[in-house]
Amino acid sequence: MLRVENLTKIFRTGFLGKGEEIIAVNEVSFLLRKGEILSLIGESGSGKTTVARLILKLLRPTSGHIYYKDTDIWDIPSKTYWRKIQAIFQDPYASFNSFYKVDRILKNVFKLFPDKISEEEKDRKIYEVLERIGLDPKEVLGKHPFELSGGQMQRLLLARCLIIDPEVIIADEPTSMIDASMRVILLNILKELSNKAGKSIIFITHDISQAFYVSDRVLVMYRGRIVESDSVEHILFSPQHPYTKRLISDVPKLHEKFKFTLT
Amino acid sequence: MAEKIVNAGRLIVRYKKLLIGVIMLSAMVIFCVPGMILYPVDPRAIIFRDLQPPSSTNPLGTDVFGRDVLAQLIHGTYNSFRIGILAGLIATLIGIAIGATAGYFGGIVDDILNLVTNTFLVIPTLALLIVIASYIRIRSELMMILIIGATSWPWTARAIRAQVYSLKAREFVDLAKISGLPRHEIIIFEILPNMLSYIVMCFTLQMAGAILSEAGLSAIGLGPTALITLGMILRWTIVWEAPRIGTWWWFVPPGLIITLIAVSFLLINSGLDEIYNPRLRRMR
Repeated sequence: MLRVENLTKIFRTGFLGKGEEIIAVNEVSFLLRKGEILSLIGESGSGKTTVARLILKLLRPTSGHIYYKDTDIWDIPSKTYWRKIQAIFQDPYASFNSFYKVDRILKNVFKLFPDKISEEEKDRKIYEVLERIGLDPKEVLGKHPFELSGGQMQRLLLARCLIIDPEVIIADEPTSMIDASMRVILLNILKELSNKAGKSIIFITHDISQAFYVSDRVLVMYRGRIVESDSVEHILFSPQHPYTKRLISDVPKLHEKFKFTLT
Repeated sequence: MAEKIVNAGRLIVRYKKLLIGVIMLSAMVIFCVPGMILYPVDPRAIIFRDLQPPSSTNPLGTDVFGRDVLAQLIHGTYNSFRIGILAGLIATLIGIAIGATAGYFGGIVDDILNLVTNTFLVIPTLALLIVIASYIRIRSELMMILIIGATSWPWTARAIRAQVYSLKAREFVDLAKISGLPRHEIIIFEILPNMLSYIVMCFTLQMAGAILSEAGLSAIGLGPTALITLGMILRWTIVWEAPRIGTWWWFVPPGLIITLIAVSFLLINSGLDEIYNPRLRRMR
């Protein structure tokens, strides 16, 4: 579905870009197949969100290319592209414009479609999608974002994606700001989307256990580079890169108490 | 009932800056707008004896031409307000347009607009106003408004730019983009509503600044000749050396009203700032 080749993004600061250089993404290449969930793991500042923004055409790469079905994404008209690639972001509270009711964010997506859609048709579609992901339309529609919980908001954003019905969904740390009990529900929706509806999903996280729960393949990013990419099993049982090893050893174990050792 | 009074009291204490500012400003507005009807003396009519101290016929005395000072003050305040509101509006709109464009687009657009803004910032406004006002031969109210509006936008532009710069990094802007909203719609309908409070605050400061600029320009003789404004009254008192001949009823009131208007706008601004920015609320 998506092929990323030697993707590099360098941020420059200062007047006319004459200041410091920050290499956020460094020669990243990977492939996203149809119907798979690919996890992108990395610590804060490792460049994973920049990769997401590059794929979403929110940023232009410094060098390298992203191909969607063998066409460079910058050669595809943006509206056409965004009907195929969509995203949910980390912070549901910042994803809604607190000035408007939540309905607006759902209705806005119809602007991506070239033909006129009647209001009844829009409402019907919205209801259908909300019920599909287990939200009561009467409970969430017509409300302001601050009247809803983080979990409800994040599911609304997922509903927004589903109205567009894209082929690729980029989920950028979608569970990091919501209640623990909501996390599994959200992760299960993502799994179902890939298994039953054949959506390709890039799941970005810093939590290796969530990545193992949902994904088929894992990419480990460290300081702008992909240092390891393999199937879940391989990474979990024979990590190669020291950063991956540290990530795995840092996961709190369910059956072990915390042992504090002074070295 | 008692609880309601206590709550109301608490609100008044909390927002006392804003409240005092609003009361002062309302007093000024009441002074000039109904004032023109309740005190129907022609401010231009030379019908009294000159330089009379306050009396029952002329509550604030008369000026050197024998015109009623109170009537002049009422009309002057009204005209100063009108100049202040319109010039403030122009300055705020230019500031929003330039600031929002620079902040949203960033990169080279930002660099160029920033350069322009900074250039305007370092030029002393009054000096620039004097140069412009002395080159332009037309001394009309409209010219005054345009000159003040076109020179006082840079601070607003900077403030708006900084706000837009931080707001555009919020995720709802990214979501609006990938929902296919055009850029101008994102700026106007997604970003600007989130800074309405900020814009209102900029506007109050701009109005205060414009009224002071008008007074300053008019006082040194660059004001609208045919119009009575607070600045123009001060101008005549300076020309006829009112302070030296001791006609206090002529020069004290316009200065006082200019000060009160400026202070009330600043109080409103600072009061709004406390409401919108809870960190500024003083600990009690």
